[in-house]
Amino acid sequence: MITALRDCWFSFSQFAATFGGFQMFSFRLLPYLPRAVLRPRLITEQIYSVGALSLVLIMFGGLFVGMVLALQSYNTLVEFGQTDSLGAFASEALVRELGPVVATLLFAGRAGSAVASEVGLMRATDQIAAMELMAVDPIQRVVVPRFIAGVISVPLLAAIFSTMGVLGAYLVGVHLLGVDAGAFWSQIQDRVDVYEDIGSGIFKSFVFGVSASLMGVFEGYYAPPTAAGVSRAATRTVVITSVWILLLDFVLTSFTLPGT
Amino acid sequence: MTNPARAIDISVGLFILLGLGSVIFLVTQTLGSAGISASESYTVHARFNQIGDLKNRAPVALAGVTIGRVSKITLDPIAYTAVIELRIDSKFNQLPTDTDAAIATSGILGGKYIELSPGGDETVLQDQDEIEFTQSAILLENLIGKYMLNRKPESDE
Repeated sequence: MITALRDCWFSFSQFAATFGGFQMFSFRLLPYLPRAVLRPRLITEQIYSVGALSLVLIMFGGLFVGMVLALQSYNTLVEFGQTDSLGAFASEALVRELGPVVATLLFAGRAGSAVASEVGLMRATDQIAAMELMAVDPIQRVVVPRFIAGVISVPLLAAIFSTMGVLGAYLVGVHLLGVDAGAFWSQIQDRVDVYEDIGSGIFKSFVFGVSASLMGVFEGYYAPPTAAGVSRAATRTVVITSVWILLLDFVLTSFTLPGT
Repeated sequence: MTNPARAIDISVGLFILLGLGSVIFLVTQTLGSAGISASESYTVHARFNQIGDLKNRAPVALAGVTIGRVSKITLDPIAYTAVIELRIDSKFNQLPTDTDAAIATSGILGGKYIELSPGGDETVLQDQDEIEFTQSAILLENLIGKYMLNRKPESDE
């Protein structure tokens, strides 16, 4: 209990201490972004390791979150005889909230930590110093491609997560629980709005993608060049990204939700 | 496939295609029959004194079958009536001119939609015509209010 509290306090104080440095780092990245287009190969490689390799995890996660969501909400909806709106309920929850948030959390665990430890290990084994000696800018060569790959990947992963979730809800709802297939899809059409729901979902996942991948490269780039430092950078990436995403989600939801 | 760079390119391409594909899947699933506005359609107008919480893109149904959507809701500032623009699929262009439009509610607490009941006239509604016979929305709370007010004198007697 006390260690848990101490861990919480530790991550919080670390977060506060590095917040200013984090802002400076993100501003430092800005002028590099247009020039990164000149080396598309670097970005493709990173999209592969950050996005394409996370695909199985994301699809699996989405499918089962959708299935559980359908099972759960069916129990409540059946009391009111509203099981027809199961599809609308599940897909609205997935597209607006669960898709962006859970996909980013999984992304932070799968790819953010990998990026942080990779960049951190580059620092620890003096690869970054070697690049600087050869007049290769390590931010341009190492940091920016990973950042851009994350920004591109997270919205796509979130969309895939939501789609798999809707399909999972369809499988459980229609084939297992006997909801009418026509009602399932037509309720989705009725209730889910393209701009308000899908648009805000994509907007959210884009913002989450920027913050999650920034966090990964930042933690890795400034990790203490020791074995413990690299492992702590990976851990902190996951912890801080998760907390930050959940906080940010509350703020963004209260802005994008109609009627608030 | 022997070239590892090529394998990476292919999987990145597949990943991005899959992502865009799911965005398209979500968008088409939710747009659904809003595609009517994209296909051939014609518009007619109808005036109502009270439309309740009728929303844009609410269904227009005939005998329970959706044949169009509400495409615009405006207020006539002189007559103080709501002017509704209905976009109806061109397949259903045989509606008589004395068709009646009513604002109905799906279920007790469901959303509002427009229910058309065809009349017996020989001429049919054309594009930009106006439906003359309309029934305003029945507001449940008004009904309850009237019921309660009408009961008052009876209980006094």
